[in-house]
Amino acid sequence: MKIAVCIKQVPDTAEVRINRETGTLIREGVPSIINPYDTHAIEAALSIREMLGGTVCAVTMGPPQAEASLREAISLGVDEAFLVTGREFAGADTLATACALSGVIKKIGADLIICGKQAIDGDTAQVGPEVAEFLDIPHVSYVKKIIEVNAESIKVERMMDDGSDIVEAGLPALITVVRELNTPRLPSLKGKMNAKKAEIKKMGAAELGLPPEVVGFNGSPTQVKKIFTPGPRGGRKQLEGPLEEQIDALINELLEKKCL
Amino acid sequence: MDYFLSEEQLMIKELCAQIAQEKVIPVRAELDEKEEFPWEIMKVMASSDLFGLFIPEEYGGLGKGSFELTIAVEELSKACLGVSTTYAANALGTYPILLFGTGEQKKKYLPDIAAGKRLVAFGLTEANAGSDAGGTRTTARLEGDHYVINGTKQWITNGGEAEIYTVIAITDRSKGPRGASAFIVEKGTPGFSFGKKEKKMGIRASATRELVFEDCRVPKENLISKEGMGFLVAMKTLDSSRVGVGAQGVGVAQGAFDEAVKFARQRVQFGHPVIGFQAIQHMIADMATEIEAARALVYAAARYADSGAKDVTKVSSMAKLFATDVAMRVTTNSVQVMGGSGYMREYPVEKMMRDAKILQIYEGTNQIQRNVIAQNIIKEAAKAK
Repeated sequence: MKIAVCIKQVPDTAEVRINRETGTLIREGVPSIINPYDTHAIEAALSIREMLGGTVCAVTMGPPQAEASLREAISLGVDEAFLVTGREFAGADTLATACALSGVIKKIGADLIICGKQAIDGDTAQVGPEVAEFLDIPHVSYVKKIIEVNAESIKVERMMDDGSDIVEAGLPALITVVRELNTPRLPSLKGKMNAKKAEIKKMGAAELGLPPEVVGFNGSPTQVKKIFTPGPRGGRKQLEGPLEEQIDALINELLEKKCL
Repeated sequence: MDYFLSEEQLMIKELCAQIAQEKVIPVRAELDEKEEFPWEIMKVMASSDLFGLFIPEEYGGLGKGSFELTIAVEELSKACLGVSTTYAANALGTYPILLFGTGEQKKKYLPDIAAGKRLVAFGLTEANAGSDAGGTRTTARLEGDHYVINGTKQWITNGGEAEIYTVIAITDRSKGPRGASAFIVEKGTPGFSFGKKEKKMGIRASATRELVFEDCRVPKENLISKEGMGFLVAMKTLDSSRVGVGAQGVGVAQGAFDEAVKFARQRVQFGHPVIGFQAIQHMIADMATEIEAARALVYAAARYADSGAKDVTKVSSMAKLFATDVAMRVTTNSVQVMGGSGYMREYPVEKMMRDAKILQIYEGTNQIQRNVIAQNIIKEAAKAK
């Protein structure tokens, strides 16, 4: 089984502050980490490899320093790492990003592609499904449990707003995963030592056979117009008085709104 | 202070700090409260290759030395001495095989130990043989192809949890200290059972139990080195492990100190954070100075051992003695700096103070360390004449 994991290097948002005037993240001095959802994707890939054998490769698009995330992935046990990098990729939206990532996957080939459900900086949750569309393969998003996987197919449980679905997909396929799926492992010392020496394969648009108009800014149909911090949601009502009365009031309110 | 660690040494430090932060700190109070053995943490350490740190590469380890082990133990000890004792005692139990084992014994046991598949314990202490190893009562009698072991070992760290035990027993009482021998005994050998699990003041996540041998027959091949080498095996083992106890002292002292400084910056009295008061500042300055001095001595001793030097006894005893006395003072004073809060279980320093006490006692009390240091000085002086 050949598994590809798409990862993204993101600022550690637990430590990030926001510039109130521009609405953008203050990135200076903030450590970069692997997008936390992607660490669950790596864990899923490694445990499938432990079960079925095969290889796991990690793929990312980013500036040269994104190499650090790929090395971290190797320290966890990933076999190979690919960095899509170059000026031509700058300003990419989710579509152009997915185009570039699917370009690498086409080149290296994979039976199963695993992504985190979304990145904690952009929060779009679009790149995974878009990669699947570019590759013209099925995808299942928000996977919280992998029930069964073999050389032909994968059966998973995905989270839905009103519960969960059990879905089976033929391989090759792409899944995006949520935190509930597993507990990511810590690196090993041998892994860390390997990671230091490992070769990170770098690829530009030319190597991937992608014309300039489909990647980066040129390949991005969406553009950021304005970034702002949304205000608090309106329509809140605070109940007061003795607890019993509050409970009655809450039940009445819910009945009125036909929630109960 | 920068001790100019190599890139690999920094990796070890980083990884152990990550394990401490993510896996140990969240559960340490609960493990202490429930006196629960830290199996989950040991599994993480096994898959992180930490059990193979000091085991040669040919047996699946990383082939590092005393210094790397020191760094690992120090980092873990910052978070929890119960956990670091479990890890360090595994090394203690492994040294007899590593230092004196035959090729066959090493091939049989070291790969599993390096992978963290089987935990090890060292059995020396008995009811009447602690500081005085000459009081050992456990015997091993050769009968055909087997040694028959009888006796009881007391206060054995990792007892009951470990799979492999290196045990000292008397094979010829008439020869005194030269009549002791070291053996490998596996858990599950008929006639080998475990006595009561001790309830302790501190390091309560660590298991401390009796080993009971009743006509326990172990194959002749399980003798480590030769008959009569038991005390030498034990002494060389302790020479190797003692620095690790010093590293535990440095770690727990640093852990408590960091808590005390954090608290003193936040705690306001008389309108100022208490760290602004000279009484607190002087305590903090003394603690920081002592910790750094202890660390420098422990690191120097570990590096000296790794240089291949033969006379490591004196300096390793000095490192253990100094660093663990510092640990007791610093943890006590960290509680003092934090006042009532420091005494409460809500904060980790009360546990650190309880835990630190064992460091002055186990693997040779600090009084015995002083004897050992003095004996070595006397020997050196006599030689110099």
